[in-house]
Amino acid sequence: MQQKLILVLMLFYGCFTYSQIQFSGQITGEKNIPLAGCDIHLGKNNFITDGTGNFSTNVSKPGKRKLFIAYLGYFPIDTTLVVIENMKMNFKMKLKVSDLSNIIINQKEIQDQTGRNSRKIKQVTIEKYGSQSLGDALKEVAGVSTLKAGHNVVKPIINGLHSSRIPIINNNVRLEDQQWGTEHAPNFDINSAATIEIIKGASGLQYSGDAIGGLVLINPVVVKKDTLFGKTIMALSTNGRGGVVSSSIHKGNEFGWRYNAQASAKYFGDREAGNYVLSNSGNREFNFSGDATYSFKKHDFTAFYSLYNANIGILQASHIGNVNDLYRSITNLVPSFIGDFTYEIQNPKQEVQHHLAKLNADFYLNEQSTLSFQYSYQNNKRLEFDIRRSDFKNVPALALTLQTNQVVVDFKKESIHWELKSGGAFSYQNNVANTDLTKVRPLIPTYDKIDFGLYSIFKYDFVSGWKGDAGVRYDYSNVQASKFYFKTRWIERGYDADFNQFVVQKFATQLLTKPQFTFHNLSASLGAEKAFENNWFINTNCNLTNRNPNPAEFFSDGLHHASGVIELGDLRLQKETAVKISAFAQKKWEKFSVGFNPFLHSIENFMFLKPVGFESTIRGAFPVWAYNQTNALLTGIDIQTDWNIHKNISHKLILGYVNGRNVTEKIALIDMPPLNFSNKIKFEKKEWAHFIFELKHDVVVRQTRFPNYNFTTNIIENNALILVAVDISTPPKGYQLLGFYAEVQPKIFRKTVTTIALMGQNLLNVAYRDYLNRQRFFADELGRNIQIQIKINY
Amino acid sequence: MKNLKFSILAAATILFAASCDKDDPIPVNEEEVITTVIVRLTTAAGTTVTLTSKDIDGDGPGMPVVTQTGTVQKGTNYLGTVSFLNEQKTPADDITAEVKAEGDEHQVFYMTASTLGTIAYDDLDTNGKPVGLKFKLTTAATANTTPQNLAVTLIHKPVKTAVGVVGGNIANAGGATDAEVTYRVVLAD
Repeated sequence: MQQKLILVLMLFYGCFTYSQIQFSGQITGEKNIPLAGCDIHLGKNNFITDGTGNFSTNVSKPGKRKLFIAYLGYFPIDTTLVVIENMKMNFKMKLKVSDLSNIIINQKEIQDQTGRNSRKIKQVTIEKYGSQSLGDALKEVAGVSTLKAGHNVVKPIINGLHSSRIPIINNNVRLEDQQWGTEHAPNFDINSAATIEIIKGASGLQYSGDAIGGLVLINPVVVKKDTLFGKTIMALSTNGRGGVVSSSIHKGNEFGWRYNAQASAKYFGDREAGNYVLSNSGNREFNFSGDATYSFKKHDFTAFYSLYNANIGILQASHIGNVNDLYRSITNLVPSFIGDFTYEIQNPKQEVQHHLAKLNADFYLNEQSTLSFQYSYQNNKRLEFDIRRSDFKNVPALALTLQTNQVVVDFKKESIHWELKSGGAFSYQNNVANTDLTKVRPLIPTYDKIDFGLYSIFKYDFVSGWKGDAGVRYDYSNVQASKFYFKTRWIERGYDADFNQFVVQKFATQLLTKPQFTFHNLSASLGAEKAFENNWFINTNCNLTNRNPNPAEFFSDGLHHASGVIELGDLRLQKETAVKISAFAQKKWEKFSVGFNPFLHSIENFMFLKPVGFESTIRGAFPVWAYNQTNALLTGIDIQTDWNIHKNISHKLILGYVNGRNVTEKIALIDMPPLNFSNKIKFEKKEWAHFIFELKHDVVVRQTRFPNYNFTTNIIENNALILVAVDISTPPKGYQLLGFYAEVQPKIFRKTVTTIALMGQNLLNVAYRDYLNRQRFFADELGRNIQIQIKINY
Repeated sequence: MKNLKFSILAAATILFAASCDKDDPIPVNEEEVITTVIVRLTTAAGTTVTLTSKDIDGDGPGMPVVTQTGTVQKGTNYLGTVSFLNEQKTPADDITAEVKAEGDEHQVFYMTASTLGTIAYDDLDTNGKPVGLKFKLTTAATANTTPQNLAVTLIHKPVKTAVGVVGGNIANAGGATDAEVTYRVVLAD
């Protein structure tokens, strides 16, 4: 840990002449509060500071000495001093807020494999994905795949789980953005992230107790050094014939004002697959985020606001009417509609706006303790436009406004050997389905939700070198919906026998119901880790998490045009309870390191969509998929290796494998990512204007374990009705993709760093489909893309 | 602390504002739902056969109910029309007019076996391509007591330029199915 540090040195030269030289001074923390018991090593001399942070020692003869000062929770000071005469030096130590400030200031890649059951994605990597999405960037981590609905709707899958099972924490606020469906991507602009961290072990009890699949933590830029800098990134892509501009400015400061502002815009037309245009797959985004902090000596205040604003085209060929359309699409293997390239976005499309505003107040009670308050407000507006007739052409078919208010209080106390974090959160959420506008029965109803949580996490460093942590969290949740059911549906589901107390009003064909559910959940985590002297690092984790059914799982009720199925929620669903045991073992040699991350994940009452039958409607026949529960067992392993082959050449391998079982029915679980691995070889030469060249080879093997949910239907072929099997289960073939990334930093301007990057994806223009893309029934994945990117740091 | 008070105040205000906003909800009457498809077959002499398929709960679990008045005669030329209604509303919405107005974005496909007869389109959209709201049915020369399928499919945004689509072949039509019903028709002597 030889960290470069920022220290304020104040030198006072004494004018005494003794045979021995006195070296003294005071050591303080960031807020100028003295640090008592601080370890100091000067040459072979070891001593500690007294109760007021002062130290004093005698040096026998003048000369060069190594000076090392360490205090838990602070960056150590490691430097060399020339001691000639009596000297008094005061040192100010820098708090380890996170590794973030380092990354920002130095733009240096740091090895961040040790110390947590988490993986970090650095800003240099995030910048490569500026034209894509959060989900795409997260794939850099072993064990992460993506679940897509076309190219623009991408969400992460961690060790086989996704959506509601992976809360996304953006800048300490849980993103509340209608994340339940597979057709809803996280409403977040990747360009606003400084680092992204994935916690696979669901150990983030501080944030939630229902992160069954893990957590995604997004951290913004925090600069505590007095500086002002900014950057602008421009990127142009061949596929989609569009680009991205992102610009940010950061004013850092230790005390007083500091602020960040960032804005980005994306504009893309139709994407292209290997052999054809993906009609209506363009997208637009305009995003902004900014914050301002005022720091006093012992407290600081922050106000933050961000806006995500997207207009997303949905592949036209994926809008289908009934099961016959689906059958034709699967059998024909080409989209039912292929138009010429256009920038225009028509229906079906999604228009999404997400506002996040928050206020933070942090109080440094003393050098060890902090108390923070946060109030956040989120407003998520989602409009989904379908292909509709006449007067409704420009009227959305789904209009939801989700508002979330949350108050969080966190307390943290650190001592030399332990750390305690404790806190609570209260949130109130309200969703309004605007049916006056849409004139369509909504898939997600109007509802109110109240959540309350309390947590406590304790970490202890044992003398043996083991570090242990234990946490516990209690959550209360209450949801009340206001929903209309068709009388026929209410009876068909058997709700008339069980839930008649929810019926508040009867209409001719429909019932107004107010279903209400309350949950009390207890979650816990236990972890231990140790860095051994033989360069082994071991981390083990055991977590208990609970997830309540989300509104889609409870209340879905209707036809889903994107998949041609009737989706039914279930009021009888119970909460999911999961136990995950995972380990991370890493061995580092001089030039090679390997990390293994095996896991065992047992989930009771695992909720998933399962085909349960057919319903005939005037539109034709539809398969009915209902939310079901089973006991699931997921086992798997993630592997990562890093190999410095030569001083300029390095290699990296990441591999993810998961085996998901539906234990109750003794079959495979649906939608489990197949075995995938990626090899990256990197050539780097600083002398050649920081030249970097990377070649990347991704392999996704065909998923062979899948449940057979195929069904048969009558379709019209050659003017006769025939019975056909609709194969919705068989995963597509495996595929391999080749990509590259090249970067130089030519000296164009004297005071700025300019980086020019050229990158390519799917270089061989392979036509392929992915098992985890909802649109695999309708079209191929993206074809070749070449992108040029210019980044200016100033 | 001032900041915190402000936060709580802001939260309370928003909570209050959100909870005030409650009207008594009324059920949505979906405007575009097709509940009923009616095929009318008329001979030159004015004899009419009516085939009706009605599914009053739309996408709900209730099954469509198919009824027939009159009998279809062998070896007869019929002029056919089809109409689409939304009977969830009172009075019922006639969606046929919308389909006609947007004829270039719609097409009705008919499928039947030659043992029932042959069908030809009898109308055109603004681009000179069939819509299918009007058609001619020539029934087979032989009577058949086994009911034959007559499938009627309304497609929204078909690719009318695709092979065979103007001839009534649905296979390449693409688009999305707005209505699809199958009548069982006996051919009388």
